[in-house]
Amino acid sequence: MATEFAFPDNAAKTEGAAQEFQTEKMSLAMGPSHPSTHGVLRLSLELDGEIVTSCDPVLGYLHRGDEKIAENMTYNQFVPYTDRLDYLAPLANNVAYALAVEKLAKLEVPARCQAIRVIVSELARVSAHLLGLGAYGIDVGAWSVFLYAFEEREKLYKLFEELTGARFTTSYTRIGGVARDVPEGWTGRVEAFCDQFLPILEEILSLLTRNKIFQDRTVDVGIISKADAIAYGLTGPNLRGSGVGLDLRKDRPYSGYDQYEFDVPVGSKGDCYDRYLCRGEEMRQSVRIIRQAIKKFPSGAWYNEEAKKIFAPQKAKVLSSMEELINNFMIVTEGPQMPAGEVYFEAEVPKGLLGFFIESKGGGVPYRMKIRSPSFCNLSILPKVCQGNLVSDVVSILGSLDFVMGECDR
Amino acid sequence: MVTANTELAYNTKIEGDIVVTKADAVINWLRSSSVWPMPMGLACCAIELMGAAAARFDIARFGAEVFRFSPRQADCMIVAGTVTYKMAPHVRRIYDQMAEPKWVIAMGACASSGGMYRSYATLQGVDQIVPVDVYISGCPPRPEALLDALIKLQSKIGAERSAKTLFASA
Amino acid sequence: MTATADVTAALQSKFSQVTPRPSGDHPAINLPASEVLAVLKYLRDELAYDFLVDITAVDWGVEATPRFTVIWHLLSTTDHQYVRLAMDCASNSEPVAPTATGLWPAANWHERETYDLLGVKFAEHPDLRRILMWDGYPYHPLRKDFPLAGIEVPLPDIEVADLTGASAKPAPMMGGPFVASTGEMNLTDAEPRAKDESWTEFREKPASE
Repeated sequence: MATEFAFPDNAAKTEGAAQEFQTEKMSLAMGPSHPSTHGVLRLSLELDGEIVTSCDPVLGYLHRGDEKIAENMTYNQFVPYTDRLDYLAPLANNVAYALAVEKLAKLEVPARCQAIRVIVSELARVSAHLLGLGAYGIDVGAWSVFLYAFEEREKLYKLFEELTGARFTTSYTRIGGVARDVPEGWTGRVEAFCDQFLPILEEILSLLTRNKIFQDRTVDVGIISKADAIAYGLTGPNLRGSGVGLDLRKDRPYSGYDQYEFDVPVGSKGDCYDRYLCRGEEMRQSVRIIRQAIKKFPSGAWYNEEAKKIFAPQKAKVLSSMEELINNFMIVTEGPQMPAGEVYFEAEVPKGLLGFFIESKGGGVPYRMKIRSPSFCNLSILPKVCQGNLVSDVVSILGSLDFVMGECDR
Repeated sequence: MVTANTELAYNTKIEGDIVVTKADAVINWLRSSSVWPMPMGLACCAIELMGAAAARFDIARFGAEVFRFSPRQADCMIVAGTVTYKMAPHVRRIYDQMAEPKWVIAMGACASSGGMYRSYATLQGVDQIVPVDVYISGCPPRPEALLDALIKLQSKIGAERSAKTLFASA
Repeated sequence: MTATADVTAALQSKFSQVTPRPSGDHPAINLPASEVLAVLKYLRDELAYDFLVDITAVDWGVEATPRFTVIWHLLSTTDHQYVRLAMDCASNSEPVAPTATGLWPAANWHERETYDLLGVKFAEHPDLRRILMWDGYPYHPLRKDFPLAGIEVPLPDIEVADLTGASAKPAPMMGGPFVASTGEMNLTDAEPRAKDESWTEFREKPASE
C-alpha cells in the first residue's frame, strides 16, 4: 500500500529541519568473512555516519573444541592440536605446551634441548610478526610489504621443514624433549638466514615506517593507555606498545632465556604505530637471541634421559631393543603417567602470553585443560578502543592488534 | 607448383577473420583460464592459500591471482580451513551469493572431512552444505597441492557442456 | 605494596575463611563465594596482583559434590608472581559465582566463556551471553556429561538448515581419533581407542542411511 507523502511548507521546513534531517544510527556487520578481519571474526558495529558508536565483537566462528579434545587425549597426542592454535607460530605453541606439561611432571630438559627450543621459538616469532606486518600492510593499503614478508617466510618454512618435516604444522616438541635433533649444518643455515634477513627486514620496515600514508592511518589511532592495557588483560606487543614492559622471557625466564641478552621494546603512546614499531624491533631482538643461542649451542642429549616413560623412544631403538619396544607400547597405549595436581604455565609467544592450566588426576590424560589464549584477551578491548573512531580506523586497529582466530576461539 | 603450407598457427591473411571451433571449447577456455577465487580463509589452510598467492608459488601463472573478497565477483570458492557449525550457514550464504557458473575447492582435511577435529563444534566436511568440485588432502596442503587442485578444476571446467546450459537459460 | 612470596599467609591473616589449596606450582588458596570480591580487590590494590590472567572452572563430574570449582589466576606486572584462587560453587545444578567485571574489564569475556562452556553463571554480570557457541545452543560442552562427539541440534540458521538438510550431528568416532577415557579405572580401559567400534575389520560396516 502506497502512502501519501506531503511536502512540508517552508515555515514548517525550517522549524522541523532538525527533526526531519536527524540522522539515524546504522548497524553494520563486518565479517565473519571479511578481508581485514584476519580470520573469522564478526564485528557488529553501530555507526553514526562514519563514526563508530558501539562495537560488539562476535567470536566463536572457529571454535573447534580444543579443550574438550584435550580432555580425551594423552599428553603427547595433543601436541599436533597446539600447532593449530596460533597457526602463524606453531613452534612457539609446541614449546609452551611442552613446558606446561613438564612443569606438571617436574621435568627439566637438558641444555641442548632448551637451546633448540629457544631458537625455534624465536624463528616462529619472526615468522609470525612477518605475517602480521604483511597482513597489516594489506589492511592499510600497502600490498608489496606482504610479498616481501612472504618471501622471507618461505625461507623460514624451508628451515622448519628441514627440522620438523612439515612447513608449518610442525608438532616438534615432545614431553621431555623435542622430536628429533637438529640436522647437520642446520644451525649454520639458520645463521645464514639471519645474516641476509636483517637487511631485508630494514627494507621491509622502511616501506612503512616513514611512509606518510601509513603514518596517517596509524599514528594517534587506537590509543590504548597503560591502565587500560593492564585492566583488559592485553599481553605481548599490544601491552608493550602501551608502555608496560611485561615480557616473561625476561621477567620469569624459562627454557634458559636468562642466558641471552636482549632488549624488550616498549611504546610510549600506545597507538597503532607504536604496536607496529614494537613488532619490528622484536624481530631484530629475536635475531639477536638466535645468534647467541647458536654461538653457545651446547652438545649432549636433546631429550630428558629420565623421562623415558614419557618421551617416545627413538624409532631406531624401538626396533632393536626389547625394553624400548615395551616402553613405546606403554606410552602409546596408556599415555605418560603424570602426577596428580594442578599447574599453570604461561610462555611468551608472538601474540602474548599463552597459558595452559592443567588439572591432572594422574594418568595419561589431563582431567581439565584450559588454554588461556592471548588473542582472546587482546580482542576484548575492541569495544572500548573502537568507540568514537572512524570505520576505516577499525580496520587499522584490528590489524595492529594482530590476532589469530584459531587461538582466540580454540 | 605446389607449396606446402608452412603456417602452423592461425593466420588472418589466409583464413580471414573467422575461426571455426566449438562453442564449448571457447567458453571453457575463457572460463578455465581466468578463475577468480573467493578465498574463504577460515583457519590454518588460509596461510598456505596466501603462500600460494605470494611470489614464490605465484598462482597468477594459472590465471587465478585475482582474489575477490566479494562473492559476487568470484567464480571459485576455496574453502580453506575448519568449518564450524557456527560458521557453516555463513559459508552457504556466501556460496549462494556467487554468480553462476561457480565451483568449490575444499582445501585441506578439515574442509574435506572435519579432519582431526572430531568434536561437537566442527562440521564434518563442507560438502554437507555446498557441492564440492575438488578436494585437497593435507593438513594443511602445500601450495603445490592447491595449484594441482586448480589445474584439476581447470580440466574439469574444460569438459563441461557450457554452451548447452548457457544458451538453454538465455 | 609488593607481591610477597607468602601471599597465602598474608591473605589468611586478613581474611579468616581463606585456606591454603594444594598446588603444583604457584601459591593457591580456597575461599568462599562471599569473600571472592574482597580478596580479589585486596590482591589488586594492596598486594600488587594487578593483572587478571584467566578465569575458568572445573567440572568434577556428575556425581561429585561440589561439582564446579571456579578458578582465578592473577599476575603481578611488577613482581611477576602468580596466585591462584579457587571457589567451590554451592549449587551443583545452578552454579553461581560473583563477577569480577567491576574490578577488571578483562573478566567480562572470561566469564562469558566460562558460562558458555561450563554453565557457571556469574551473578550481576552486565552481559552474560554465550561467546563461543551460538546463541540458543542448548548445552554446555565442557561439562563432563557432554560427549566429545556432541549431541544433535539444528544449525543456527534455519533457512540454511532447510536448504541443505544439514544439522549439527555427533561427530563420527569410528576409526579414530583414538581418544582416552578418564576417571578411576584400570589402565586397560583407559587406554586411547576409537570411541565407536560398531564396525571393525572383522565386522562389516553397516549400510549408510
